[in-house]
Amino acid sequence: MYRYILNRILMMIPVLLGVSLVVFSMIFIAPGDPARIILGDTASEEAVQELREEMGLNDSFVKQYVRYIKNIVTKGDLGTSYITQRSVTAEIADRWPTTMLLAVMSVILGTFIGIPAGIISATRQYSILDNLAMILALIGVSMPNFWQGLMLIIVFSIHLAWLPASGFYGPIYWILPVITIGTGTAATITRMTRSSMLEVIRQDYITTARSKGNKESTVIMKHALKNALIPIITVIGLQLGRGLGGAILTESIFSIPGIGKLMVDSIKARNYPVVQGGVLFIAIAFSFINLFVDILYAYADPRIKSQYSRKRIKKNSEVCND
Amino acid sequence: MTEMLAKNNEVKNKVKKQKKSQFKEICMRFSKNKLAMFGMIVIILLIIMAIFAPFIAPYSYDEQNLKRSNMLPSRQHLMGTDNFGRDIFSRIIYGSRISLQIGFIAVGIGVLIGGTLGSFAAYYGGVADNIIMRFIDVLLAIPSTLLAISIAAALGPGLTNAMIAVGVGTVPNYARVVRASVLTVKEQEFIEAARCIGVKDHNIILKHILPNAMAPLIVQATIGVASAILSAAALSFIGLGIQPPIPEWGAMLSAGRTYIRDYWHIVTFPGVTIMFTIFSLNLFGDGLRDALDPKLRR
Repeated sequence: MYRYILNRILMMIPVLLGVSLVVFSMIFIAPGDPARIILGDTASEEAVQELREEMGLNDSFVKQYVRYIKNIVTKGDLGTSYITQRSVTAEIADRWPTTMLLAVMSVILGTFIGIPAGIISATRQYSILDNLAMILALIGVSMPNFWQGLMLIIVFSIHLAWLPASGFYGPIYWILPVITIGTGTAATITRMTRSSMLEVIRQDYITTARSKGNKESTVIMKHALKNALIPIITVIGLQLGRGLGGAILTESIFSIPGIGKLMVDSIKARNYPVVQGGVLFIAIAFSFINLFVDILYAYADPRIKSQYSRKRIKKNSEVCND
Repeated sequence: MTEMLAKNNEVKNKVKKQKKSQFKEICMRFSKNKLAMFGMIVIILLIIMAIFAPFIAPYSYDEQNLKRSNMLPSRQHLMGTDNFGRDIFSRIIYGSRISLQIGFIAVGIGVLIGGTLGSFAAYYGGVADNIIMRFIDVLLAIPSTLLAISIAAALGPGLTNAMIAVGVGTVPNYARVVRASVLTVKEQEFIEAARCIGVKDHNIILKHILPNAMAPLIVQATIGVASAILSAAALSFIGLGIQPPIPEWGAMLSAGRTYIRDYWHIVTFPGVTIMFTIFSLNLFGDGLRDALDPKLRR
């Protein structure tokens, strides 16, 4: 198992190098001269050229990319923000906890609503409750979260004046943004739980469990849900990743000082090192979430756990045979 | 000889009949699903609305009338007017042209690039598969909204760039779907037969494998149109997509955001329209998936 995790982390390195190359190339071709952006339109051409030379912008693409990666690996340095002149790593580190908190809370909300709703839907297929849950879930999936955020502000902040519309200073400020991201998450989890449970409920071992005289709740919770968990865990993991991406819009609507808002502001100001660093950072977080999901599989399903270990045994025996 | 020809024709007719009946069966199964039919009708109406926008819209999309700015919904202006006094209902109708166009073209880009990459990877396997799929892994490591935002940030705002950004953002999904279905189809005997009689590789992929691997792609693409419209609206919302005065729904939301304290209607209607469109596309996509799924055949 540990070897599997280590292997997966090692496999992440080329993927993340690829991500850095893609992001670096995108920013490289982006219009606008960084030196000009820093110095402003009034600066003389000589000053701009001098700064370009100083920043190494006249070097070739490969040279610049290698320097970028070298700085990340040796110093954890993602560059310097054009606007604040602070290190991008520090800017991201300041805002990361807020974004993560928002994403995690939305996923928790989504899971607490989605899994029970999905189970009820599946166990009472085609009932009014099922139809209602499915239509609500479909609406949840179809609703743009930035619009939902605005609607929540209109109702709860402007008309009812119950909750604040912007900032992130305490739990009361979390409610609207968490609902905004959590609704889509809940809807997706509901749909996945329902379809996964429906598939499992039709299996023979569920009939066996019932015929042994188990209570219906035991059959559903112990026999069905446990076997339906794998796709649900996958979706929850994906939603956590999407939460990080989706936070970009939600944070800018609610003026939450997280990575999302930092990135939107940086894109508008053409503050490319921050955009680059932000995308890379979210990709790293996303990859770790995927790894975490794969490890969770092992705990949800003993067959997968044994598969992970078997790979090791198989590899060992291959080495022995060689 | 004539007997053989007659037999040959009979077999051809039988195959034709079978093909037709399979299509008919799918249509029948689809038409039994009321929600899916509802979704399809709404999409058809939206397409008609987009095509005939100048005839349906009561006003032009950029006709300003500052004396009538920020008016609440009324008989004259069904959905009210925005801060420039432009009729929101008319702008939504014209906006359907932009949103549907982005949805279909972005998915087209995604399917074309993703489909080509996916089928190449699956058909040739080995090194080609490894290189292509590792590239897809790299793209998959970035959440799709973020990928679209980064591409749009690099390319700059505008309709074409938004389509490219959203389209490229969906490439990994299509590549994976097509690769998976091509992998299952390519092992079947009729492909081996085609190879034996010397059919060229690109013909095998285009004429024999792809038509048989279409079903999951069609479903993914239908639902993909919905997410492409959403992504494009999100891009416009943060100022990276379509620029004013073009009436894209997301851009309308973004522009109305400043006035939400006093005028709720400016952001409400474009949002409801986006939601309703996505909802219908999802209903249609779900229905299509169920109709094409052989497991559900009774």
